[in-house]
Amino acid sequence: MLSRTADHLYWMARYIERAENIARMLDVNYRMSMVPEGDAGWGATLSINGLEQAFRAKHDEATAEAVLNFMVFDGDNPSSILSCLRMARENAHAVRGTITSEMWETTNDTWLRMRDYPRWKLAGSEIGEFFEWVKFRSHLSRGVTLGTMLRDEAFHFIRLGTFLERADATARFIDVKYHMLVDGKAPPDAAADYYQWSALLRSVSAFEVYRKVYRDLITPVKVTELLILNEQMPRSLRTSMVEVYENLQAVSNYRSKETQRRAGELQASLKFGRIEDVFARGLHEYLTQFIVRVNELGNRISNDFLVPMSAS
Amino acid sequence: MVHPSSIYDEMNGADGTVRAHYAGYQKWLAETPPERIAQKRAEADLVFHRVGITFAVYGEEEGKERLIPFDVVPRIIPAQEWKQLAAGLRQRVKALNMFLHDVYHDQNILKTGRIPAEQVLSNSQYRPEMQGVDVPGGIYAHIAGVDVVRAGAGEFYVLEDNLRVPSGVSYMLEDRRMMMRLFPELFSRHRVAPVEHYPDMLLANLRAVAPQGVVDPTVIVLTPGAYNSAYFEHAFLAQQMGVELVEGQDLFVRDEHLYMRTTQGPQRVDVIYRRIDDDFLDPLAFRADSMLGVPGLLQVYRAGHVTLANAIGTGVADDKSIYPYVPDMIRFYLGEEPLLNNVPTYMCRKKEDLAYVLAHLDELVVKEVHGAGGYGMLIGPRASKDEIARFRQLLTDNPEGYIAQPTLSLSACPTFVEQGIAPRHIDLRPFVLSGKDINMVPGGLTRVALREGSLVVNSSQGGGTKDTWVLEE
Repeated sequence: MLSRTADHLYWMARYIERAENIARMLDVNYRMSMVPEGDAGWGATLSINGLEQAFRAKHDEATAEAVLNFMVFDGDNPSSILSCLRMARENAHAVRGTITSEMWETTNDTWLRMRDYPRWKLAGSEIGEFFEWVKFRSHLSRGVTLGTMLRDEAFHFIRLGTFLERADATARFIDVKYHMLVDGKAPPDAAADYYQWSALLRSVSAFEVYRKVYRDLITPVKVTELLILNEQMPRSLRTSMVEVYENLQAVSNYRSKETQRRAGELQASLKFGRIEDVFARGLHEYLTQFIVRVNELGNRISNDFLVPMSAS
Repeated sequence: MVHPSSIYDEMNGADGTVRAHYAGYQKWLAETPPERIAQKRAEADLVFHRVGITFAVYGEEEGKERLIPFDVVPRIIPAQEWKQLAAGLRQRVKALNMFLHDVYHDQNILKTGRIPAEQVLSNSQYRPEMQGVDVPGGIYAHIAGVDVVRAGAGEFYVLEDNLRVPSGVSYMLEDRRMMMRLFPELFSRHRVAPVEHYPDMLLANLRAVAPQGVVDPTVIVLTPGAYNSAYFEHAFLAQQMGVELVEGQDLFVRDEHLYMRTTQGPQRVDVIYRRIDDDFLDPLAFRADSMLGVPGLLQVYRAGHVTLANAIGTGVADDKSIYPYVPDMIRFYLGEEPLLNNVPTYMCRKKEDLAYVLAHLDELVVKEVHGAGGYGMLIGPRASKDEIARFRQLLTDNPEGYIAQPTLSLSACPTFVEQGIAPRHIDLRPFVLSGKDINMVPGGLTRVALREGSLVVNSSQGGGTKDTWVLEE
C-alpha cells in the first residue's frame, strides 16, 4: 500500500476519534457544571489540549460559552470538532478508492451535517444532544469500518489511528479530571463526590461498566484503575494499547521492529501493572510519561510507514 | 443555419414514425406510468449524490462538487451502425498512432509534403524530447476518446480525436449501472451489448504495453490529486482495476527506474496510466513549477524502463490545426479511404480561409486551436452581434490561434426536460484502446446539451449524460 494512502487512513481515523474525545471532554464539563459547586473545568480542557494560547488570542475568559464556541465550531482552531471532522473527510476523500463506499458516504455525510449543524443548538439545553450526535457519528464510522472493510493493511492502519488517538485522549482525560476532583480535597481512596465522579464515568460511557466491574461505591482509585488497567473496558489505556500493538504486528515491515518492541513493552506494562504502583509513583507522573511514550510511538509509526520514504 | 426540421432525431423519423431500434423502448415508455419514471429519476439523483459521482468545477468554492445531470432516456445505436462506426474508429486511431510514430522517427509524411512540416514541428504540442524514442509496440495513444456526432442517417463526423487524457469513461460505466438498477425490465426486453468489462480491458491493455522483459508489470493510475475535476474518475478506475491511485509525491526515480513509496518500502512501477498533462509530468524536463509530477521521470521513460499511457507528445496529433490532415494520414499510412467523415475545416492561418471565415462568421463555428471543454468558442448562428464583433477582432489579431467549421446540425435524442420529453442535441465519445490490438466496448459516453437548441454538450457548461446502448443483433 502507498505510504500516503496509509497516512490518510491513519489520520482519517485519528480525527474521527479525536472529535469524539473532544465531545466527551466537553460533555463532562457540561455535566459537572450542573452539579452544585462543581468546577466545570473549561480552562483545564484548554490547557490539557495545549490550546490555552490560541484561545487567549481570541477570547478573554474561559467561560462555558467561549470555550464551547472555540472547541466546537471554530474552524481556525485545528482541534475543534468542526476542524477534526473536516480533516477526517478530507483524508477520506483522498483515499475514497481504498475505503468502502459506505465508509466514504458516512464520513462525507458526517462532515456535511456538521458544517450545517444549527449553531444556536449549542447555547441551550440541546447541547447534550449535540455531543451525543458526535459520539454516534463516531460509533457509526467505526461500525461501518468493522462491518464493511476487508481485514487488510488499510483496515489495520485505520485501527492503529483509532487506538493510538484513544490511548492519548483517555490518558489526558484522566489526568485533568482526576486532579481537578481530588487535588487537596481528599485522599485518593476515600469516597468522593458521587455526582462529580459519576458524571466523569458517564462521559466515557463507563458508569454502568463501573457498577458491573466493582459492585461498589465509586472511589477515585477504582475509577482510575478501570480507565487505565482494565482489559475489558473499551476505552482504557490497556485495551487501546493492546489494539495498537496487534495492529502494528499486522502491518510490520522491514524497519518497524523497534516500534513494535516499544508498543509491546508499553502494552505489557499495562497488562502486568498494578494501580498501587501507579499511585506510588504518582498518577500525574505516570500519565505524563505514558503520553510521551504514546507520542513517540506515533512519530515512529509515521517514520516507519507513513511519511514518503526518501529515495536513498 | 440550423433548421429544427433538418435535425436528425435518433428516435423519431421525419415521417413521425418511431425508428425500428427504438420501437421496444417506445412501447415500454407508453406502458410505464409517468409517476414511476419520475420517481426513478429522483432516485437516480439521490444515489448519484450520495455516492458522490460528481465533478469539481474550477473557480467554485472549495470542496463544492456538482452532479452531472443524468438522463434516463437511453441513446440507442443499432448493431449495424455501430459496426461501421467501430471500423471507422479503429482505422482512424490506427492511423493516428502511425502518424505519431512517424513524427517522432523518420517523419516520412512531412518529407512527402502531405502535411507542412512547420505545422507539426513548430506546434507547441510537438515534443522534441520524444524524437527517436521507441515506445512499446509503437503505440502512443493507448486511450483515445474520439468525439463523434451524427448529422444524418449513417452520417458520422469526427469532431475531435482527444489523444491526451480523455475523460468521461466513468460516467459511461455509472450510467449503465444506474439504468440497470432503475429499469431492469428494459434490459430483459433488449439485447444491450455490455460495457462493464471496460476496466478489465483497460488493465489488460496497459499490461500489454509494459516495458520489454517485465513479466508481471505493476500498473498505477497517476492523478493530479483530490482537487482535480476528474478525481472521481481517477479513483474509480484505479479501484475498478485494482491498482494503486498515485500522486507525483508518491513516486521517485532511482537508478533510471521508477518507484512508489509503500508501507513495505519502495516498489517498482512499470506502467503509468497518467491523468496529468505532459507539461506537469516532470519538473526537470517540462514545467519547473509543477508539483504534480516526478523529477527525472522523462529520463526513466526515455530509457524504456516505464511506459506512459498515453505517451508524451500525443497532443501533436489531436491538435485542431492537425485535425484537417487526419483523412490524409489514413490514406498515407493505410492506403485506405477514411470511413468516418472529417468536418471541413478552415484554417485561419491561411489567408484565403481567414477571408472566408470573416465573411461568414454568422454561419460558422470558430474554435481555438488549443481550446477544450467548449470554452473560447463561437457558434455563429447563435451568437450575438457583440460576440461576432469580438471574434472578428480575435481572428484578425491572431489568425493562427483559430479554426472554423460549418455549424453541423447535431442529431437530437428525446430527453427528459421540465416540460416533459423533448429532443436535445447529443454527441458520442467512444473510448478506443490500443495495445497489442485495438479494442473498445460497444458505444461510449453520450453527452447531451440540456438547454434547448444548445450544441454545447460539455459538463462544465450544462451538459448531461445518457446511457448508450448498442443493440446486439
